[in-house]
Amino acid sequence: MMPLWCYLVVASALFAIGTFGVLTRRNAIVILMSVELMLNSANINLVAFWRYHTPLDMAGQVFAAFVIVVAAAEAAVGLAIIIAVYRHYRSIVVEEVDALRG
Amino acid sequence: MSFSLWPSLATIAPEIGLTLLALILLFLEVYLPKERRVWIAYTSMVGMALLALTPLIWSPPVGGATAWGGMVRHDHLSQVFKVMILLAGSLTSWMAIDSTRLSKQGEFHFIIVIATLGGCLLSATADVIMLFIALETTSIPLYILAAFHRNEARSIEGGMKYFLYGAFTSAIMLFGLSLLFGFTGDTSFIGIAAALSANDGLNQISILVCMIMILVGFGFKISAVPFHFWTPDVYEGAPTPVTAFVSVASKAASFALLLRFLAAVFPEGILIEGQEIQLFWVNLSAAAAAITMTFGNVVALVQRNMKRLIAYSSIAQAGYALMGVTAMAQSGESAVASVSFYLFMYTFTNLLVFAVVLRFAAVSGSDDIRAFAGLSRRSPKLALAMTIGLLSLAGIPPTAGFFGKFFLFTAAVDAGYTWLALLGVINAIVALYYYLVVVKVMYVDRSADDEVLIALPQPVSWLLGVSCVAILLLGTIAVEVIYDWTRLGASSFISALSAAL
Repeated sequence: MMPLWCYLVVASALFAIGTFGVLTRRNAIVILMSVELMLNSANINLVAFWRYHTPLDMAGQVFAAFVIVVAAAEAAVGLAIIIAVYRHYRSIVVEEVDALRG
Repeated sequence: MSFSLWPSLATIAPEIGLTLLALILLFLEVYLPKERRVWIAYTSMVGMALLALTPLIWSPPVGGATAWGGMVRHDHLSQVFKVMILLAGSLTSWMAIDSTRLSKQGEFHFIIVIATLGGCLLSATADVIMLFIALETTSIPLYILAAFHRNEARSIEGGMKYFLYGAFTSAIMLFGLSLLFGFTGDTSFIGIAAALSANDGLNQISILVCMIMILVGFGFKISAVPFHFWTPDVYEGAPTPVTAFVSVASKAASFALLLRFLAAVFPEGILIEGQEIQLFWVNLSAAAAAITMTFGNVVALVQRNMKRLIAYSSIAQAGYALMGVTAMAQSGESAVASVSFYLFMYTFTNLLVFAVVLRFAAVSGSDDIRAFAGLSRRSPKLALAMTIGLLSLAGIPPTAGFFGKFFLFTAAVDAGYTWLALLGVINAIVALYYYLVVVKVMYVDRSADDEVLIALPQPVSWLLGVSCVAILLLGTIAVEVIYDWTRLGASSFISALSAAL
């Protein structure tokens, strides 16, 4: 079996890529995709830790399942909001959506 | 483990009630004819007000109990916070009656009920799985609500910013939680603390990183600096009742969670590599409190829009409450009680201020501070209500805000944070200035439409009346009753924790 750290490296890399994406991208949908990467990196952590540390206790797996559900709900709401933004501004570039200032 | 259904159901009675209420509202939306849709708002308001009684009817045992496989705590602290959040939800629905665009929208009240449900669960959380789900159950409905006026540029923009920020910070928090689960192999707060104190070769830095990642998520919810960027935009853009709900219910629930999480997961006496880890969060929270209240007050000085002013003022208020969180490590009970009392009185105060802003904006179409000129002549009642609200935010007796601040400052001094309390007092003086500027504008300044009176519909004047009376009572005769109640919550919470460790 592969050692635990392999999974953790993958998860950390995904998390870093996601964070980088959120901080550098200007397109709202790409930001949303990056957030999904971050959520999934946490999922890899959860499942890997569950498998290696507490395989008899289901908590880690259950947690990961709930995260998937919440991520789906979040994506649905987020895309709906982005569509509303697009209808109004004809753009989903975050900097161009700036009626609120002060 | 034995499981008995009825006692377990009693622990989540408000949540069950809210679920049923949400379904009822959806049915009403379908079956009521358009002209009678305003009944949906009344149902939601009365329903949540009645549900605020359920935590009192099915009151928790002394010392509290853990229910549903360790997911929720049933203690007096959750009782205090659930009553607070349900009242905030009820007042929000009440406020929405005054908004022509919201009063007949069934789904608006439906989503408010769901967000309230999340808040109730959040304030009773005892497990990181529950923490994440409850936090998202509060947040996701609020993203929708912030963007609710979807034909209005400001509303959808506020919604988008709220969503992007919220999703980002909650993802960081989730990563921190997953690491915490990995380090300790447990998901319940108590279990994590036990594993941390057993301490098999844990690394100090990794625990610190974990804690900071989790606090990013909490910091976003309570709008602590440096995670406050969304606050002014969302407050200004969102429909006013939603702003009120975000500033009150979602913040109160998140503070309850913050108290629970920090006290249970990182209690006193856990040494990692010889370093007391409680000191990590105490110092972080002291720094956050100092920066948050100073930043909020200083930026509030230059605001021209009423909702933005209240947004920065609410950032500052979060800073004061963080002072109580800091003091929790040393003075335990009195600090927890002071935070709960503060949020309790803040609920009524902020809702009152936003109810005035909503009524005023509905008539004048503006929420600029300058537009409030001559309000005392256009509607003496409205101006009086606003003055009471602002004085309470500033902490002037005989309003509730005075005791709220008094208890917080006392807790901070008792815990040895005299410098923090002093900074708080200086901040309160700065804040008094910008609140009084608004009062001056309302009473002294003249405007072109001084003669145009502002009518107060029945529901609005009742709402203003009830909130004013609550603020004045909490500042005078009711203060002892409510403080004793929050104190009971604090002691049942703290004693259960020390028994568990």
